[in-house]
Amino acid sequence: MFARSLFLAVSVLALSACGPSEPVSEGAPPDMRRLTEEQYRNTIVDVFGSTVTYGGRFDPLERKDGLTELGARSARVTPSGIEQYYTVARTIAAQVVSGENRDILFPCKPADAKTADDACAKQFFTETGRMLFRRALTTKELEMSVSAAHEVGAGRNDFYEGIAYSLAGMMVTPKFLFVIDSVEPDPKKPGDVRLTAYARASRLSFLLWNSTPDDQLLKAAEAGELDKKSSLEKQVDRMIASPKLDNGVRAFFADFLDLGRFEILEKDPVIYPAFGVKAGEDAKEQLLRTIADHLVARDLDYRDLFTTRHTFVTAPLARIYKVPVTKPDGGWAPYEFAEGDPRAGILTMIGFLSVNSHPGTSSPTLRGRAIRETVLCQKVPDPPGDVDFSGFNDPNSPNKTQRQRLTAHRANPTCAGCHKITDPIGLSLENFDGAGAFRTTENGVKIDTAGDLDGVPFTDAPGLAKAMSTSPAVPACLVSRLYSYATGRPLDRADKDTVAYFQKTFESDGYRMSKLLRQIAISESLYSVSPPKAGAATQAKSSDAQKENPS
Amino acid sequence: MTFLIPRAPTRRRALKSMFNGAAVSLALPFLDCFLDDNGTALAATGAPLPVRYGTWYWGMGATPNHHVEEKRASGPGIKFLSEAAALQPHMDKINYFGNFNMPLDGHSNYTHFSGWVVNRTGAAPGHATEIPAPTFDLMIADVIGNSTRFKTIDVCSTGVAASNYSARGTNSRSSAEISPVALYARLYGPEFVDPNKADFKPDPKIMFQKSVLSSYVEESKEFVKGVGAADKARLEEFFTSLRQIENQLALQLEKPAANDACVVPQKPNEPPVDRLAAIREMGNVIETHKVLAKLLAMAVACDQTRVFNMVFTDHFGNIRRNGETYTHHLLTHEEAIDPKLGYQPLTYWFGQQCMNGFASYLDILSGIKEGAGTLLDNSLIFATSETNYARVHTIDGVPMYLAGKAGGRIKTGQHLIGNGDPCTRVGFTVMRAMGVPIEKWGTNSLQTNKAITEIMA
Repeated sequence: MFARSLFLAVSVLALSACGPSEPVSEGAPPDMRRLTEEQYRNTIVDVFGSTVTYGGRFDPLERKDGLTELGARSARVTPSGIEQYYTVARTIAAQVVSGENRDILFPCKPADAKTADDACAKQFFTETGRMLFRRALTTKELEMSVSAAHEVGAGRNDFYEGIAYSLAGMMVTPKFLFVIDSVEPDPKKPGDVRLTAYARASRLSFLLWNSTPDDQLLKAAEAGELDKKSSLEKQVDRMIASPKLDNGVRAFFADFLDLGRFEILEKDPVIYPAFGVKAGEDAKEQLLRTIADHLVARDLDYRDLFTTRHTFVTAPLARIYKVPVTKPDGGWAPYEFAEGDPRAGILTMIGFLSVNSHPGTSSPTLRGRAIRETVLCQKVPDPPGDVDFSGFNDPNSPNKTQRQRLTAHRANPTCAGCHKITDPIGLSLENFDGAGAFRTTENGVKIDTAGDLDGVPFTDAPGLAKAMSTSPAVPACLVSRLYSYATGRPLDRADKDTVAYFQKTFESDGYRMSKLLRQIAISESLYSVSPPKAGAATQAKSSDAQKENPS
Repeated sequence: MTFLIPRAPTRRRALKSMFNGAAVSLALPFLDCFLDDNGTALAATGAPLPVRYGTWYWGMGATPNHHVEEKRASGPGIKFLSEAAALQPHMDKINYFGNFNMPLDGHSNYTHFSGWVVNRTGAAPGHATEIPAPTFDLMIADVIGNSTRFKTIDVCSTGVAASNYSARGTNSRSSAEISPVALYARLYGPEFVDPNKADFKPDPKIMFQKSVLSSYVEESKEFVKGVGAADKARLEEFFTSLRQIENQLALQLEKPAANDACVVPQKPNEPPVDRLAAIREMGNVIETHKVLAKLLAMAVACDQTRVFNMVFTDHFGNIRRNGETYTHHLLTHEEAIDPKLGYQPLTYWFGQQCMNGFASYLDILSGIKEGAGTLLDNSLIFATSETNYARVHTIDGVPMYLAGKAGGRIKTGQHLIGNGDPCTRVGFTVMRAMGVPIEKWGTNSLQTNKAITEIMA
């Protein structure tokens, strides 16, 4: 399990001898990724505004290699998934053409709203289609969209109904629902391919904003500016300065920390009466809000996320934290835990503690495993099927605390191997129960929170926080996961120099997330692709056609 | 009594019903659903009552020696023990399968995962998230599910949309319906065509929607040429899914034949807040299951779908009992065996609730009269779990049930002994009964070509 850490450490050492220039990356063959729910939602907001709303649930994505984003590259669409897409698309389209929105969302007015108007339809689909497909529509695509709108508009005597039907159709095509790595021959390397400018724009936009490219970015792509370092840097700096960076950082950390598990978070109301649905929702938001504030708004050192005492709370969270409520109306208020408080960093927040516990009890093992697998990028083996803990839960047993029970459990050598990886970390968080509330005893026995992180000893949760903040594996893990997330593919040994390069720049930039994102966004590695796999040779031609034939 | 199902839409009727004089000149593909199996003639306009296939899933297996009394040889009669006593009234409509195994051919037993994957795909997963082949409900749906509004309907009672054990492969799984209100809207919303409504008028909007959608589908197919082989397969699946939407729209243009069994249910109320806050508490699971099951069963009776999957509790047993520290899953590991009872009492309680849930499901299906029998008589329900004895997560001898007579194709009331045969014999038998044209099923040691003839009528 420590192989990856070793690999990362070796990479860092190797780098110091290689110098600071970016290594050449071969990239991976182009692929196509299904939009995540969040990307779909952000795209709709960016194209049509936040007043357009919809419900529904898309096919789930499998988490692969530590990221759900990587599951998107092999995700398929089932019949009921398409049904959901189509229902949502019609809901959205109906709102786009509604009386309240049409004056805002349409670039033109039809000469007669009671019939088709091809000129206005063309204008609408030229603009809207470009945003949805993340590239200009081809002549054929545009003609088809206008034709569809025409037939319905004329047949139904309603221009806007025609637009709505055609728009809904456009939104269930793979061109919208999949982000495609379209490629073209690389003029600098005959025989090789490179991402088209539009594909570069998409890669950049989904990394920084988790959404579709905006008009400025598409214009830059169309002008060939994304191939030039200075122009690319200008776009990246503009995007990093945008409020939408918040979406991008939140999306990455939600994936990195596997916060999708909040979907199934539920606590026993008898055991944890203060932890209701709202507390669960707020606990997730607290994590993301704290992360975004720390890394984006205040541009602080990533490692300090593990020790920060600055956060935000709502009334439901304040009840569990047992801190004063300053906004009883449900709003968020900043809160600073005092020096000496047992709360320090994101690992001691209700969100992390509760989602890595059971519905009716804490779990040092789940917490330890989550730390190892998410923020340290280490793999903990699955437990065997026949785990028998019953001997330790006898009410008359002397094992009153989780530490006592786990110590007894580790006497079994089959179990000890993994538990010695997870438990010394997880047990240091035992001052927090399954809902994340502070406690000092369990079953009347004082809780011992001593532990160690890979040989660094500590006595309590703040000690763990400090050990995490100084562990080189923590920033190393972030870098490798972020690079994997950015490129949409799992990393392999061929990426070690590139990852080491970004680790080094991250270190020299004071572990600032904005700087790391910038370094990746302006790198050659982010956009590098290797030739398509056999059978995909026509992709380049197809992409060329799209590029040469924008309307 | 001859019962006619809704007639399949025909091309001729669809074109004849161009609306209000508005000619539609967009591309209109000739849909597969308009054709008979050979693709050479229009489908028949009436047919015998359809046979349906469904699954019912519960997590955490069974308590040994308290579920079904073991037998030495296959034969009529099933002796349900206390954990499964609720099934006794349904005994003559059920087959029970015991002692069928799941050889993994060297693959790991990915606990809570391998069991259901093997049982439903006939192949052992190579890693903890791999679904190496389509689940066989979808193979059945490809045969019997092409002429209904929904190819399949997937439902889960625990509030977890991802808890759905029907998939084409890894990363090709639908979200299950978890909300009764959302399920009702999907099944019986504005697009539902009531077969018993006298004044059917096809909605002109549907024709236009279908035409526009078809145009986009045709235009987008060009796109497939530009991608690699793996992505091409994904896109082909995408377009297959899109054709299902076209199919749905086409069906809405036709008046279905009257159907006595179809009674549009009442719209369910939003669940109370306290239930939403504790959706995985067993009492709430039971309540949710009841509401979802009624909506689902009536959708089947109304021929909205012929393949349907219900999850009662999930494969990780993340179900609670109020005030208990541990979930069903955790109890299997953490609860001591009561020396007097000989089992884990709370774990057993959860298992018993699961079987009560299965019995209630069968009550609902058999409560819908259809032709000379009931909906259950015209269905085949495969009910199983991912493990046998959850305390040690064994996968050999996983309890399996088939309920219903599949329109007379299956004999019931029997306890079948596998003697270590692969569990895939059950799935293979089901597929043969449902008309799936296969000669064998499964991989490696799981492969079989032996149907369980004792239950074939």
